[in-house]
Amino acid sequence: MMEFRRKLLKGGTSLALLAPLLGTGLLAPTRVLAADWKRDAFSARNASDAMKLAGITSPIESRDIVINAPEIAENGAKVELEITSNLANTRRLLVFADKNPMPLCADLDFSGAALPYAKVQLKMAETMRVRAIAKTADGKSHVAYREIKVTLGGCGG
Amino acid sequence: MTEAIKIRAQIQGEITDIRILMQHPMETGQRRDENGKSLPTHFIQVFTVKHNGQIIVDGQLNTSISRNPLFAFKSKGIRPGDKLAVHWTDNTGAQRQDEITLT
Repeated sequence: MMEFRRKLLKGGTSLALLAPLLGTGLLAPTRVLAADWKRDAFSARNASDAMKLAGITSPIESRDIVINAPEIAENGAKVELEITSNLANTRRLLVFADKNPMPLCADLDFSGAALPYAKVQLKMAETMRVRAIAKTADGKSHVAYREIKVTLGGCGG
Repeated sequence: MTEAIKIRAQIQGEITDIRILMQHPMETGQRRDENGKSLPTHFIQVFTVKHNGQIIVDGQLNTSISRNPLFAFKSKGIRPGDKLAVHWTDNTGAQRQDEITLT
């Protein structure tokens, strides 16, 4: 009973807090829904399924996507990648670590004056290939690969 | 409790470098504590970066992003006095938003 009451109280506060924001358009409902986490793609167990579920089909290998990363990562718990797309009108970047239990690491949408560039820090289970996919405004997908050696895996512990 | 998001921005001519540090355990759900009890999955699922209220980066993340992750982005059209805000939501529904005004 107490538990139920607590939930009601919690529910009440969050609604009360959100209501004025809804009115001002600061929290447009469509925007909130559009940002729903892509559970299927993120839970996929191999890179090709993850790509398909994220809406990426037959990406073309491109030299215009640059992945800057260490050749050897001493600590797999924090491997820093810098991804730059030099393809015109890149609106989305995806990062996959092929041999991680769930390969899709990040899915980033760029809008306004943001440049298609991201620095991200990944956990990597072992030595593997990472791939960066850039989706351009014409709907085409492009991919670049990079092999990273990991001396100490970052997923167990 | 959530910890403040650290946002740093450096205007370099036309392009601004934005660095974001989100303090979060980013727990995969695969690790165990010293008593062998499994640590529950706890990670940031979605985040946005807003420039003067407009979304410029809309990101989704997996458990494979590092603990207390640092991100960096670049954008044009940012001037002193502009506001940059970062908001995240994790898998437990916890949220955090922080904002800076550029100098």
